[in-house]
Amino acid sequence: MNRKHWLVLLCMGIFITACKKDNPLKQEIEQFLGFHKPDNFPDPTYHFATNPVTKAGFELGRALFYEPRLSRNNTISCGSCHIQSSAFTQHGHDVSHGIDDRLGTRNSPPIMNLAWNKAFMWGGGVYDLDLQPVTPITAHEEMDESLENVYSKLRDMPKYQQLFRSAFGSAEINTAVFMKALSQFMVMCISSNSRYDKIMRKEAGASFTSAELNGYHLFKEKCASCHAEPLFTDGAFRNNGLGISPVNDLGLYTATLIETDKYKFKVPSLRNLTYTGPYMHDGRFLSLPGVLEHYNSEVQPTPNLDPLLRQNGRVGIPLSGDDQKNLLAFLKTLDDEEFIKNISLSEQ
Amino acid sequence: MKTILNHITYSLMLGALLLSTACSKKSDPAPEFQEQNLAPLSVEFDNIVGDRTFSVNNTGSPYTNGAGEKFSISMLQYFISNIKVTTAEGKSYTVNQDSSYFMISGADKATRFAKVNVPEGDYTSLTFTMGVDSLRSTMPIDKRTGVLDPAAGGHDSGGMYWGWNSGYIFFRFEGNSSVISDDANGDPTGKKQFKYHIGGFGGYSAPTINNIKTVTLDLRTAGIARVRKDRQSNIHLFVDVMKVFNGTNSFRIAEHPNVMFSEYSTKVANNLTGMFRHDHTEN
Repeated sequence: MNRKHWLVLLCMGIFITACKKDNPLKQEIEQFLGFHKPDNFPDPTYHFATNPVTKAGFELGRALFYEPRLSRNNTISCGSCHIQSSAFTQHGHDVSHGIDDRLGTRNSPPIMNLAWNKAFMWGGGVYDLDLQPVTPITAHEEMDESLENVYSKLRDMPKYQQLFRSAFGSAEINTAVFMKALSQFMVMCISSNSRYDKIMRKEAGASFTSAELNGYHLFKEKCASCHAEPLFTDGAFRNNGLGISPVNDLGLYTATLIETDKYKFKVPSLRNLTYTGPYMHDGRFLSLPGVLEHYNSEVQPTPNLDPLLRQNGRVGIPLSGDDQKNLLAFLKTLDDEEFIKNISLSEQ
Repeated sequence: MKTILNHITYSLMLGALLLSTACSKKSDPAPEFQEQNLAPLSVEFDNIVGDRTFSVNNTGSPYTNGAGEKFSISMLQYFISNIKVTTAEGKSYTVNQDSSYFMISGADKATRFAKVNVPEGDYTSLTFTMGVDSLRSTMPIDKRTGVLDPAAGGHDSGGMYWGWNSGYIFFRFEGNSSVISDDANGDPTGKKQFKYHIGGFGGYSAPTINNIKTVTLDLRTAGIARVRKDRQSNIHLFVDVMKVFNGTNSFRIAEHPNVMFSEYSTKVANNLTGMFRHDHTEN
């Protein structure tokens, strides 16, 4: 045992004494130790070297995430469209619903496992989590505010002066520290405690039912090339054959102007689907059976359709009724109730 | 009376002395080029519009482009970066990146000077980037300070950053022209506004449009820059925004009233390098 281990033990000891009663001990330790990679996950892509997660930074980021002053009229916070109980999405809304009840054109994606994300937004264009919040804050139909105005509103509040000082050593509020704090909160929104994860980590008592196991085999055969384990996305942009919508959202093309990027969207994770409906970049499917039926019979050969969806002379992925039932059973094992109930991620 | 005359005489003599000192500077030899021996240099970006001076909101006396379209200007902003100077002997010095980003704003005369420090020497050539280089466009948030702060200039009002594309707008030029239609091909709000937001640094993960432009100007004809510690050498450039319309790829406002992140922006960007010409140097 080296010094570090002793230190951790000491901290655990302090916490056990401190929150003997009902505070979930694990969360407190995680918070204190900063970012911790789950055992069954790969190394993260986020640049922790330039922005290590600290307790004070995380707490500041959490306060900012739930701060309605980030919007023009102080009504909308990040948490308004990224609701924890819906795995940080806006449940029941096909497209997100922002300031003055303005509607966007896309479904709000989950704030989940972002430390492993290489690109952000359904249509890409943002490649560093630290720069991502610029988009929703300034977008007309989301928060419709300027960054400078946000900073000046926060500067007037002793609460933030204190939070910024304890997180970054200075009460000064600027783009770098503001964005870093938000990133520190967002990278801590880790979903890794679904039944699937516990089974993969061979934790005691965790196992698949036979339907779930059949579903898992089917998943590996028919879905895993895009929805790669354990994050259940390969992070790529692909056209999954959705019919072209009336708004003709061109997806990744908008950010790259490359013809072969038209109609490509980021492959979403399959974690927490129970909480995150409706589905797809524009929330067009209200239920998971609707999604599976899309792959079975509704895939359209639009420009740049992913080659994986055009095999053996047909488009789509054939899925019998039984296949669909088993897949749905397996997908349920990806629900992570601890994640959506983790109080350290909630508004305090 | 005598004392006054004396005063005048002394003043004249002093003046002559000063002049002779000033003149003698012109003939002093170029100092040895030493990278550590820095002295001030400024590059002045003096905006003009064809044969006229630049003014914003000039709706009373509009400008006329090569196609005969009348227009007024409401905003002009652009990034200048990566300033480099070269001597006749071919020795060049690139200003440290952290102090080499400038945003020139037409409405704010104070922004027209890019002030840098370069080694003492006689420079015959000036090179700079119009826009923000791709390296800086992909840098971490800590490096995006000053004019490169995504918060700078607000959002709609004067913002030079595209949040959705994590990139800077290199050149932003807006105004009004009665030739603009009120339909979707023009300005559906009826304000008859044109907007040219030119950016595109080449992409993060796959090559995309690149509108970063490097401009090199020969200073020998209109006056080389003699940079010395005891004075302020100023390379005075004229920046003719009429060239946006009348450049190598001339176009009509009526046909392209809005150019932002699109293939066509590369054609407009090709006109931008022609805006810069060296008028004279104040040494």
